[in-house]
Amino acid sequence: MSLRKLISNKTIAALAVIVAAFANTSAFAQAAAATAEKPVDMGPIYKTATFYVLAFLLVCLFVAIVGKALKVYELTREAQDKPKGINWDAINGGLFALFLIVGLYGVYWEYTVHGNMILPEAASEHGKKIDQMFNITLILTTIVFIVTHILLFAFAYFYKHSGKRKAYYYPHNNTIERIWTIIPALVLTVLVLMGFLTWRSIFYKVEDPNNKPISIEITSSQFAWAIRYAGADGVVGLKNYKLITADNGLGIDFKDKKTLDDQLAEVMVIPVNKPVRLILTSKDVIHSFYMPHFRVQLNTVPGMTSYFEFTPTITTEEMKAKTNDPKFKYLFLCNKICGDGHYKMQREVKVVSQAEYDAWVAELPTYLTDDLRKQFNLPVASTPATEPAAATPADSAAKDTSAVKTNQIALKK
Amino acid sequence: MSTISLHDTHNHDSHDDHGHHKETFLTKYVFSQDHKMIAKQFLITGIIMAVIAMGLSILFRIQLAWPDKSFPLLETFLGKWAEGGRIKPDFYLALVTIHGTIMVFFVLTAGLSGTFSNLLIPLQIGARDMASPFLNMLSYWFFFIACVIMMSSFFIQTGPASAGWTVYPPLSALPTAISGSGLGMTLWLISMVLFVASSLMGGINYVSTILNMRTKGMDLWKMPLTIWAFFLTAILGILSFPVLVAGVVLLVFDRSFGTSFYLSDIVMGTQVLPNEGGSPILWQHLFWFLGHPEVYIVIMPAMGLSSEIMSVNARKPIFGYHAMIYSLIGITILSFIVWGHHMFVTGMNPLLGGVFMITTLIIAVPSAVKTFNWLATLWRGNIRFTPAMLFAIGMVSFFISGGLTGIFLGNASLDINLHDTYFVIAHFHLVMGSAAIFGMLAGVYHYFPKMFGRLMSSKLGYLHFWITFICAYLVFFPLHFLGLDGVPRRYYAFTEFEFMQKWVTVNILVTWSAIIAALAQVAFLFNFFYSIFKGKVSSQNPWGANTLEWTTPVERIHGNWPGEIPTVYRWPYDYSKPGAEEDFIPQTVPFSQTMSSNMPHDFEGNAEAERVQREWEAKEEAAAGKTKLD
Repeated sequence: MSLRKLISNKTIAALAVIVAAFANTSAFAQAAAATAEKPVDMGPIYKTATFYVLAFLLVCLFVAIVGKALKVYELTREAQDKPKGINWDAINGGLFALFLIVGLYGVYWEYTVHGNMILPEAASEHGKKIDQMFNITLILTTIVFIVTHILLFAFAYFYKHSGKRKAYYYPHNNTIERIWTIIPALVLTVLVLMGFLTWRSIFYKVEDPNNKPISIEITSSQFAWAIRYAGADGVVGLKNYKLITADNGLGIDFKDKKTLDDQLAEVMVIPVNKPVRLILTSKDVIHSFYMPHFRVQLNTVPGMTSYFEFTPTITTEEMKAKTNDPKFKYLFLCNKICGDGHYKMQREVKVVSQAEYDAWVAELPTYLTDDLRKQFNLPVASTPATEPAAATPADSAAKDTSAVKTNQIALKK
Repeated sequence: MSTISLHDTHNHDSHDDHGHHKETFLTKYVFSQDHKMIAKQFLITGIIMAVIAMGLSILFRIQLAWPDKSFPLLETFLGKWAEGGRIKPDFYLALVTIHGTIMVFFVLTAGLSGTFSNLLIPLQIGARDMASPFLNMLSYWFFFIACVIMMSSFFIQTGPASAGWTVYPPLSALPTAISGSGLGMTLWLISMVLFVASSLMGGINYVSTILNMRTKGMDLWKMPLTIWAFFLTAILGILSFPVLVAGVVLLVFDRSFGTSFYLSDIVMGTQVLPNEGGSPILWQHLFWFLGHPEVYIVIMPAMGLSSEIMSVNARKPIFGYHAMIYSLIGITILSFIVWGHHMFVTGMNPLLGGVFMITTLIIAVPSAVKTFNWLATLWRGNIRFTPAMLFAIGMVSFFISGGLTGIFLGNASLDINLHDTYFVIAHFHLVMGSAAIFGMLAGVYHYFPKMFGRLMSSKLGYLHFWITFICAYLVFFPLHFLGLDGVPRRYYAFTEFEFMQKWVTVNILVTWSAIIAALAQVAFLFNFFYSIFKGKVSSQNPWGANTLEWTTPVERIHGNWPGEIPTVYRWPYDYSKPGAEEDFIPQTVPFSQTMSSNMPHDFEGNAEAERVQREWEAKEEAAAGKTKLD
């Protein structure tokens, strides 16, 4: 006991010293401020780690002092034979009640403030179904979330310990347990069914012969995207990773005639209300092709081609008006860790009217450049009608053999 | 009687441990075979790893909140990984990778299961030690070496593994893809193999101990829920961890011996790799075949601990004991057939997506049952808010919050847009991270007297709980909305995208909350280590609990009980039973001593016992009638 007294005496002394020191320094500061009459710039101080370490130590000291004070208080109560000083059960129960009220407001605030900063409405046909599904799930889960939390914290508050009461011995009730097994099971069955139907409608599409999809091939590589359009024939031609060279970055196989009119684009432009069939491939590691506004995502996996079909429904201009943001842009980005440039992989997407799209796609250069034509022994003319096909047969033959050689080297590697 | 049985145990002990009386420092504290010491070794190693992993998370939170600012102090500590006081992108990825690996495997698997299974299984089922104390010791030391190897990767030239904690190939297989996939990844794989070996040795031990070494009267349906949870967790681990090793071995082959299990059709820059015929998706199947049971390996012990702690501190039997066990069994079985929900958007057959969605959403049913049963346990209780109880309640809150968002992610069509966004981060940090950590902390506060014979300060515990609880919500709740805005996880900075820039201010709030939560752990660490030496000495049964561990002496002797191992007569949850003198009846009290509180269902159809009880009641009634007449 005496030791404890000594400690508390010491603490009180220390407290006095601190208070005195604080008073002194603040007096000093006031005096200094009075004489110098210019505000002290605290900016650089807030940037030093020492400042924060000291601040933390001060907080620790404060906690220690409060702790000691509480102990002293409890000991004096004990010494005076009075009932135990602080009813921590009441305090913690009260804090749970307070947490419930503040927390509910916090949830409301989050839903309304941060909830307003999320993606705008889905800009694709299937996306609307996903959003609908999302809203139903959100409503159901929010109800459960609020109700269970009210029960949890209210029970904590109302049934806090009291010496006068005994808890209610209630080990089980089969009826109640059956009810709260069956109800979640039913609700989840509904959600599963809806989810399953939505999922099916996204991945099992019946092709409409009057509204055939545009094919666009996406190839991901460490930290870039390549967008290849099918060209006039509407078919994206074959490619083979073994044919990849510095000039032929995608490894297009020009023996396939369907590759000849394929076009490479910097921006993905798609016509509104027209289905788009994405052909997703990867050159090196796994990436993920993610178009948040259209609720489209699928990984691009090396060695495996995957497909995603969707129909955009809102043009970029319309979305600008809807979001009230003149700078609004659709985009797609990489959503699977792929290396240190992962956070930069993005491309813009433009949804335009059919007429604008037609005009844009007509201007798009073909993948097959003159350099590639020479390499693959193809006619060097972009318009074969005007230029003679066999202009320099010897030259192109020479080029051809060298191209074959480089390909063979590539294969050996 | 007691001297004779003491002699017995003495003989018994000297059979398998000749050096019992001459315990050196080395055999007592380092290469100990006593399950209680091994539990403490697991706990303290787990705490150290948790502090390290938390530190890593603060580092990358700083990067996310202030992507453009320079912190010269970081360069002082991290050198070339934070040149100019800014964390580099590849090191950022290393930080998130190692943070995840440590937290999931080293803290929430080994630190949680390892600690409490080791501590509580022998104590709560009434055994002198584990079935194989030697294997138990090996299990700890494998774990320890795994930790050392994992940490050593911070001290090599190319840095630690940085392909994310799921280490998807090809990124993790090709050193040219990211520098962390060099030696750092090799160390990661070695560490994982050792870790799995450790888990298996532990798991086999737990299962065999629970099945074979229960004391007299402790049938399976009298075991505390903690033991049920550890039992099922161990089974999950035994069945799923070997699959991870298989996957890891194949990845080692791909990395070092030129095989193509996971690699095919890859071109790095313009260099065409020779691998053909493999599939990166195979790794994902193997990884998540462990990975999904793994999240239940993490949460089930926390559930068991919370159930036990809530029942003790609400002074009320756990509601629906059988339902609690059946739901644990249901979760155990279902957890093996839901792994595909991590792979909805990998491009696997959409039919599989549909199947996995169904199994995944079914698993919400047992989880809901558990939640409602916890709520019913609190209802009309007499709740004592010990720090352990606060953390158990916090665990339920996090489990609800995080579990509900699982319904979004388990739905394949919603997952299309939520996959790999911050919504996922928020979801699993609440349901698996915060809930499991809170279960673990509840266990630490509750069983501290059993480990060290002293009590932790409850006031510091309150401070620790409230700051951590509030800050954890402040950290993880807003992150849901980033996910709903399509912000991907594992992004080094949000500065490259215009639409993400509005979230930087939210990131600052989140980072400050994380820092405060981290500092609040100082209160715990101080409390923990100070109380080991200077805490208030505990009484034998400080919480008034029914389970067997509180019948052992405070001194924590080798072999647990000085005399005979007590016999068990009743289930562990007879709290506040009407007619009983006190508000708890330990499992070791026979029904013959509690005639006034016995209930018909206590006898489980034993006709003789029912007859005796009826006779006693008739006699009581007659006596009461007599006094009334008098």
